[in-house]
Order: sequence, then C-alpha cells, then structure tokens
Amino acid sequence: MIELSGVHKAFGANKVLQGVDLTIPRGESMVIIGGSGTGKSVLLKCILGLVQPDSGTITLDGTDVSRHDRDAFLARFGMLFQGAALFDSLKVWENVAFRLMRGALKRPRAEARAIAVEKLRRVGLGPQVADLFPGELSGGMQKRVGLARAIAADPQIIFFDEPTTGLDPIMSGVINDLIHEIVTEMGATAMTITHDMSSVRAIATRVAMLHGGVVRWTGPVAEMDATPDPYVQQFIHGRAEGPIPSVR
Amino acid sequence: MTALLAALGRLVLAALASVGRVALFALDAIGHMLRPPFYAREFGHAVMQIGWFSLPVVAMTAIFTGGALALQIYAGGSRFNAGAVVPQIVAIGMARELGPVLGGLMVAARVSSSIAAEIGTMKVTEQIDALVTLSTNPMKYLTVPRLLAATLTVPVLVAAGDSIGIMGGWLVGVTRLDFNSASYLKNTVDFLEFWDVGSGLVKGAVFGFIVALMGCYHGMNSARGAQGVGAATKAAVVSSSVLILAANYLLTEVFFSA
Repeated sequence: MIELSGVHKAFGANKVLQGVDLTIPRGESMVIIGGSGTGKSVLLKCILGLVQPDSGTITLDGTDVSRHDRDAFLARFGMLFQGAALFDSLKVWENVAFRLMRGALKRPRAEARAIAVEKLRRVGLGPQVADLFPGELSGGMQKRVGLARAIAADPQIIFFDEPTTGLDPIMSGVINDLIHEIVTEMGATAMTITHDMSSVRAIATRVAMLHGGVVRWTGPVAEMDATPDPYVQQFIHGRAEGPIPSVR
Repeated sequence: MTALLAALGRLVLAALASVGRVALFALDAIGHMLRPPFYAREFGHAVMQIGWFSLPVVAMTAIFTGGALALQIYAGGSRFNAGAVVPQIVAIGMARELGPVLGGLMVAARVSSSIAAEIGTMKVTEQIDALVTLSTNPMKYLTVPRLLAATLTVPVLVAAGDSIGIMGGWLVGVTRLDFNSASYLKNTVDFLEFWDVGSGLVKGAVFGFIVALMGCYHGMNSARGAQGVGAATKAAVVSSSVLILAANYLLTEVFFSA
C-alpha cells in the first residue's frame, strides 16, 4: 500500500503540491486525473524519489520511501513514461531487458533477450521488432515497448504517466486494454496519470482528482459519474464553464 | 556606483557558485569511478566514440599545423640564419604545445558538444529518469565511462597528433624547403627528450578529463526543450575550450618554468 500524507512541493514561487493526502491500496488501479500543470507527474516522481518533496511523508507498506534501500525499493516498481523514454542507442530488446542485464536481477544475455521477446509478444509486438532501434518505431509501438520494459521484471507496482498521450483513438484503446489486462493478470498495484477519460474508465478501479495542489476528490471509478463535486463534473465532461478556470 | 558594484558582486558570486557546482560534480564522478558497478560496454562504446572517431579530425589538424609550422619557422629563422632548426622546433612545438592544445580543442569541439547534446536530450526526454527507475545510477552509467574514456584516449590522440604533425613538418621540409630527409628525421629524434612528449601526454589526459566533464556536466544540467539542449551544447564547448587553454598555461608553468 502506498500512502501520501501532507506532501508539499514548490518550484520557486510555484506551489505545485500543497498537502496531498492519498492512499493507494495494494492491488488497486488508481488513476490520478486533473488539468495540465496540476502536479500529477510531480506527485508520481515524488513517490519514486525522482523529485524530493519539501514536506510530508510517503510510505510504501508502512515504511517511509526515503528510508528504503534504494535499489530494492526501485526493483519493486515499473514505469511507463509519457514519451516512452526509450534509450535511443540500445536495440528494442536491450531496452526491454535493461533491468535484467544489470544489478541484482542480472541474467545471462540470452535469457534476458528471451524474456524481452516474450514481454514484447505480451504487448503485441513480434520478435522481428526486437532488433530494431527505438527511432525506427512509430509512437504507438514505442509506447508498447515502454510498457514491455515496465513489466519486464514483473514489478509489484506499475506507474503509467499519460500512457495514451499522442496516440490515435484506436491505439489508445489498445494501450488501455493492455494496461488493464497486464495489471489484472499480474495482480500489481497501478497508478496512472491521465486526462484521457476513456483511459480512466478502462484502467481505473479508483480515481483521484488533483486540483489546486490537493486531492479534490477520490473514490471508486463507479462513483465518479455520480459525485456532485463540480470540479470533477466539469473535468470528466470537459466543460469550458465551471469552477476550474479555462485560462490558467 | 553601488548598483554597479552590486551587479559585479552578483556576477562574481554566480561564477563562484558555478565553479563550486562543477567541482562537486567532478568529485562525485571521481567517487563513482572508484566504486562498482562498472559498465564495460558503455566504456568500450565511449572509447570508440571519443578516441577512434576523433582520430581523423586530430590527424588533419596535426598534419596541416606541422606543415605550416615548418614554413613559419623556416621563414622566421632565416632572418637570423637559423633556418636549419626547423626539425627541432617543429618537434618540440608539436610535442609540448600544439599537439595537446589543438588536439584537445578539436576533441572539445567534436566530443564535448556531442556528449552535452546526447545527455541533454536524454534528460529532456526523461531517459535519465528512466535510468533511475531502472535502478541505474546515471552518474555511473553515463558520466564515468565517458570521463574514463576521454582521460585515457585523448593522450593517445595527442601522441598520434604529435607524430602526424612532425610528419607534416618533415613533408614540407623535404618537398618545399630542400631539407635532406634522413638528416631531418635524425635531428628530430636526437633533439626530442622524453619529457617533451611525456608532458604533452599528461596535458592530453587533463584536457580529455575537462572535455568529458564539461560535456557531462552541461548535459546533465540542461534546461528543457531544444533551446535548453542547444544552450547546454554551446556552454560545454565554450567552457571546455577556455578551461583547456587555462589548464595548458598552468601545466606549462608547472612543467617548464625555470
């Protein structure tokens, strides 16, 4: 279980997070929604330790994340970045097997490659893709490779940062279905950042809305449409008028 | 007047802060050099990129510089009947100064910019964050192999540049200035001392370290977007070139001041 309590983060005068309290139960798929610039990615990076919060606590299974052994802590995570963040200089299979060729999870090269090819198959990519470089792939294929890399070491927790941004609706649907299948199949805890409502409905078991640096609303996805919160209603229906200013 | 002094003070403080940040970055990198894990594949790749692929540009620079040096020394030396010292001065000039400095500057232009652009792009496309989430320290994976490779390969490039530069001088001496080939080479070999070449190689190692350090530092601290990466690249080339020239003067003082 991941618990955030009173998390604050500012960049100069820009107070991005102003006391975020959020609990992500084990095995749940939590989707964080909110407008651009509301600190969704910063929140995710705070949990991973890529950004240090100014104050507040973040715990994983009851232990403060800053006190975990760093490598052991990160070994439990997989992450799909918004732009896939594949390493240009490495072949596709080397990207997928990156964690499996270094550190505590290191395996023989042939075994790492076999696992990478299997994970690529899991996300709908054939073995012929394995020896290409990321620059030779389309955006949708890169996202799938990023997804394969995120699940390569069978992590307990997977983060998805805007997994469908920049993809056409069909490819978005494919990625959403893959994420749903993988998370269900692996029994992993998932945290997804998106403002794509079709992703929310396809992926989430719980939803949290971030606005004004705090969690404005959180609850099961089934209750999202019925909530009277005007911020949530404006966001999920994409209305220009409402409490969230359209010019920010 | 007060405002002018305040502005000057801010500039000095900012410069000192930059020096401090670079020094801390260098110390951190050196600390990582001494502790495992070590990434042999990345080191091998960096050796090829920094050393092997820089050889043509260093060779071209050296051969033309050696040739021009021979012409200048002959023209200048003839004014006081010292035209015959061309082989010796070309050799000492290439080995002590021009080989390491021009080699270092050419590597700075080619390698420092490329390292800063590559790492800067990795930063803005979240590849550095991805490395961290994959339990890989970016300092160890990206900086250490490049620093080691540059420190070890630039002296080799300098040695190659020295030889090619001296050959350029010999070529011009024999074909244009009517020197006897055998006596030109004999004068060169007899005159050069170990430390003439050794000092140049030490300079090469220092310049290689500077080139990779500046490339990695500015890449790792690149701002967002194409403009940020462009600025990082420019800063890497300018700072490494200036530092090479400053370090060259300091090392020359240390090695050769009476």
